[in-house]
Amino acid sequence: MTGACAVLKVSFEKSLKNYTLHIDLSVGEEIITLVGPSGSGKTTILNCIAGVSHPDEGIIQLNDKVLYETSKKPLAIQKRNIGYLFQDYALFPHMTVEKNIQYGLKDYKLVEKLIDIVGIKPLMDSYPHQISGGEKQRVALVRALATKPDALLLDEPFSALDEKTRVECQDELLRIHEEWKIPIILVTHHMEEAKKMGNRKIQLNKGKII
Amino acid sequence: MNYTPLWLSLKIAGIATIIVLIMGIFLARILSRNQFPGKRIIESFLLLPLVLPPTVVGFGLLFLFGKNGPIGSLLLKWFDFQVVFTWVGAVIAAIVVSFPLMYQSAAASFGQYDKNIENAAYTMGSSKWKVFWTVSLPLAWPGLLAGLILTFARALGEFGATLMIAGYIPNQTETIPLAIYFAVESGNTNEAIFWVIGISMIGFAALIWLNWWSGRNILRFTNNQ
Repeated sequence: MTGACAVLKVSFEKSLKNYTLHIDLSVGEEIITLVGPSGSGKTTILNCIAGVSHPDEGIIQLNDKVLYETSKKPLAIQKRNIGYLFQDYALFPHMTVEKNIQYGLKDYKLVEKLIDIVGIKPLMDSYPHQISGGEKQRVALVRALATKPDALLLDEPFSALDEKTRVECQDELLRIHEEWKIPIILVTHHMEEAKKMGNRKIQLNKGKII
Repeated sequence: MNYTPLWLSLKIAGIATIIVLIMGIFLARILSRNQFPGKRIIESFLLLPLVLPPTVVGFGLLFLFGKNGPIGSLLLKWFDFQVVFTWVGAVIAAIVVSFPLMYQSAAASFGQYDKNIENAAYTMGSSKWKVFWTVSLPLAWPGLLAGLILTFARALGEFGATLMIAGYIPNQTETIPLAIYFAVESGNTNEAIFWVIGISMIGFAALIWLNWWSGRNILRFTNNQ
């Protein structure tokens, strides 16, 4: 990352089945929480930023890197260096937890520490189908952080965790953010979580910021 | 006893299977990821040998690869090589008739897992090539292997199209199905029975192994054991 302030600019339109998604936001070195009912376009926003899908028009820019611009070829997902924790975790089912985390590993020391803190050390030799939803979520979080991303997208990252683990993981994410100072967008259904984690809260309804 | 039909059959079916595997994966991958006008027509064309009588496929191949055919004449002119009445013709016949089985298996295998698993790998900076070898292929492998076995079995049993393009030349294009037909025709029942039992055992063993293997591997990523 460059010495300048990290910033993620997102301004685009995308037609969805029942409405058009309009989004215009700028995320600095902060955590933004996205809240809104199911189907309000939260995951689509994350998908467009990550490069999994593309807007119809607009611009998405991370620091000085243009990720998407109308009528230009979008930057490939693998060149964006954006960490993404998918809602359904998307762990590699044929790899052990350890191999999942090592897949895109860049910062070994950090990962070793994280594995300890989120409490997944005993799971390293297990396959994803052998662990619980909450454990999968923590593995996916560590995997997303292991690539040392320039921005982080988290789609309901703590939804399957019990209260105690949830608080521990939230605190750890806040600590990492303090250290890395990267833009983080966090989708959540919990108002309390949005309040605790977010420097700003953005409410979405039918594709519009309200 | 002359075992040439066995070795010929294994050689022809083996080569055809390898070519069909590569072509099937390649085309299934391209067609399943891209939407374009005329896609269904191309897919239907690829599956056509499944519903056509093998003699029609054989007729088509004779037309294409015959001395005066569009491909046959070029091969003759450039390489002084003729496909008709050679084992290469039998390989081409086996490829065409067994391709739809591999294509269908491959298309289903690449379509059955969550696409976000590949997307997650991309977000970690992996190249398309790395994602294909380390994520897509291992996840699709059980279905691909099923397609592979069916392809091999179909190629091994090919008769009609093979007879039309490769003919019956003992020790050169005499595969097991052809050997059976001509043994019966010449009243050599014992030889026919030998090959009937032989090819049935190969097919049966392949299917038993396939059922056992796929049962085991489908459970592998889903069972909480």
